[in-house]
Formats: sequence, structure tokens, C-alpha cells
Amino acid sequence: MRILVVGGGTGGTIVANNLARRLSAEIRNRRVRLTMLSATDRHMYQPGLLYVAFGQMTPDQLYRDQRGLLESNIEFHVDPVEQFMLDQNKVVTRSGKTFDYDILVLATGSRIVPESIPGLAEGAETFYSEAGAVKLFKRLREFEGGNIALVVGVPHKCPIAPVEFIFSLHDYLKMRGIRDKTHIKYHYPIGRMHTIENVAKWAKPEFERMGIEIETLFNVKEVDAENKLVRSEEGTETRYDLLVAIPPHKGMEVIEQNGMGDGGWVPTDRFRLTMKDHDNVYVLGDTTNLPVSKTGSAAHFEAEVIAENIASIVKIGTPVRDYDGKVYCFIEAGHDRATYAMFNYTTPPDLKPASKPMHWFKTAYNQMYWTSVRGLL
Amino acid sequence: MSTNKVIDARGSFCPGPLMELITYMKQASVGDTLELLSTDEGSAADVPEWVAKVGHEMLGSENVDGVWHLKIRKAK
Repeated sequence: MRILVVGGGTGGTIVANNLARRLSAEIRNRRVRLTMLSATDRHMYQPGLLYVAFGQMTPDQLYRDQRGLLESNIEFHVDPVEQFMLDQNKVVTRSGKTFDYDILVLATGSRIVPESIPGLAEGAETFYSEAGAVKLFKRLREFEGGNIALVVGVPHKCPIAPVEFIFSLHDYLKMRGIRDKTHIKYHYPIGRMHTIENVAKWAKPEFERMGIEIETLFNVKEVDAENKLVRSEEGTETRYDLLVAIPPHKGMEVIEQNGMGDGGWVPTDRFRLTMKDHDNVYVLGDTTNLPVSKTGSAAHFEAEVIAENIASIVKIGTPVRDYDGKVYCFIEAGHDRATYAMFNYTTPPDLKPASKPMHWFKTAYNQMYWTSVRGLL
Repeated sequence: MSTNKVIDARGSFCPGPLMELITYMKQASVGDTLELLSTDEGSAADVPEWVAKVGHEMLGSENVDGVWHLKIRKAK
């Protein structure tokens, strides 16, 4: 049996490593062949970009060599897929090679598209890329006071990041002694200040304590970089000195180009994690169209389900588990406190007060991630 | 030609039904109809509020066996 994993981010890497261990005997006796195709030979710990934006980490600390993260019985090629031929169970890569498969795992991820909002790329800083996070830190370091506005594009990866950014920004400006010279305004697309009701209930009084102005029902329509104005679809506008944006996202272009999903999001069964009308194609992480957070955590829990099911198909001919929608997100509440949100399709998160030990746990997880992505944690 | 699309946001606590609607509204063309499925009781109020504020058209709202079916036409 040929198992092909397309994408070497969090989800793809955990699936591949988990399968490599579950099927080590089958791979050794050549009953199974496990291959990963990725666009890059480097693996980035993306949550670390928030720390780069505040000078707490440097970009080199976010990367590991992808080959070094993979079990040795996984064939690894830096050769991204350009053509999916799902009806023939094969893909064609950028180098022109064809890979046949019996089971395909789609873990191609998502990308930021600031250019989809007029003026956003020119007028706003973002920490959703390495270059952006470094540039934002330099802007913050030079900042001497004024109006900082945060706006949020839809959809976006890591839905907790806007809240975390504000907490960290408040602490950073206090540390620099310019918090009292800075007005911070937080804008959010829906009618409360976070999409998770219990996060909104917890964060709203915290924001009020920090003196953060909140405007809800604000979907970014355009940025007038020359006049330093950001306008909403709802008809309001905010003047800024420094604009920070959580940029809108799309799925990868190759998904759209191959007609596999509008916006680059692949239609996926919410429990089985298979692509609609293709039972031998599994989908996870940002690549799905599921109403689940686009986070490494969701990808992680989906990856465990998919790996167990594919291994079971090899061993007993049938999958054994459904995905229950589980997500676990750390929430940094500044530079020395944190809490977390855990939920699934049926149970909403119940937030605990932010604490120092949870922040230390998050700090430890920033290193433990490399164990997690190897499929060991 | 306008199209109809169903957005299944049942059981979504994050990103949540309204955020899902906004995502697909951006992908839709003027005249398209979107039907949002939601198990969040709040959707019955917060979806019409956003639709009115942005200027789209609310076509209907009904609860069937605990699932809200909210129909919206993209108007701009």
C-alpha cells in the first residue's frame, strides 16, 4: 500500500511520524510505502512569530530541518505537488515526477492574503510571517506613543492571536514606559470581542482594566495608508499611527487551481476527515473547510485520528475512530500569565483565570513542540 | 448566475457560525444565497444584526430540531 502525505507542516508531519511508528513492520517488509512531499526543507514553529514581534525570540529559533523531524522510514522529497489527479490516484510534482498512491493525506495548509483588502499590505504591519514579525518589532521599538489599532481579517489562522497580541502589546509598552502615551484600539469582525463567548467574557474586563478601546462589528474594507485611516464594511473608520493586522487567509493556490475547493479549502467530512466523494483522501489542519479553528492544535488532534485510521485500514481493513472536533489553545495573557481554551463539537471551552504556571507551561511547550511534531507527545 | 450554498457551522465554537458566514460571504457573488446551519442560539440574533449592518438581505430564519437555518442573500 502506498501512502502519500502532501504537506510538511504540523499536521502532515505528525501524521507521517505517527504512521511510520504504527506501520514500522509493514514498511520494513515493504507492504507499505510512506512518502511525504513538501514545498520546503525547513519546518517553522508558527506560534513563535508572536514572540518575534515583541523581541522575545529571534526567527532562527523557530526553525528545524524537516528531514531531521521525520522518522527514517519516511521517504521525503522537497517537491511540491502541482497537479492532483484524484480519479487516477496520482499527483504530479513541480519537478515533473508522478507519485501514485492508495491513500492520500492532504495537509497543504493556508496562506495570508493581505492583498485581498485594498491598502492593507501597504498600510498595516503583521506578525503572520517571519519578515512581517521582524518589521513589526522594529516599528514597535521605534514607537514613541500615539494610536495603535489592531484589525482582524476573516478567515484567519490562530483565532486567539488578536487577543494575545493586545495583552503582549500592553505589557511591552508598559515596559518601555510609553503605555500612558499610547491609545490602543481593538477591532473585531463580529458583535462581541472574541468569537468564543467564554473568551469574550474573560477578556473584556481584562481589556477594560488595561484601557483598551474595543470596536466590534468591524470588517476591514480598505486601508488609506496615506491618510492613516482604516475603514470597515460596516461604515466606520479609525485613525491610526501604527496599524497591525491579522491578515485574511486562503487555502493554498494549488487546491483552487485543481478545482478541489473554493477559497482553497477542501470539502471535508467533519468526523471521518475524508474529502467529499473521495474516501481514500484524508484532509487535515488549515486545508479543510471544517468550522474548526485553523490552528496547529486542531491539526495535531486530527492527525492522530487520521494516522490511527490509516494504520487500521492497513491492519484490519477499516478505520476505527471519528474526530470529535477537539482543539486545545494556549492563551498568553501578557508576558507572565496565560490560560487555555479546550473544546470540541459538543462542549464549549470553560476558561480558567490566567496564571503564571500556565505561562511557564506555554513557554515550555514552545520547545516541547519539536517533540510533539515528531509524534512523541 | 446566482448560486445557493449551505454552510454547515453546527457545533462550531471557534471560528463560530457568524465568522464562517463572513468567510463564505467574501467568496460569494452578489445575488448568491447562503444558508447557514448553526446550533448556537446566539446566531438567531447576531447573524441578522451583522447582515443588517453590512447591508445584505436576510431571507429567513427558522429552527428545525435544534438547528438554526439562516438564509441570507449577498446584496453588495
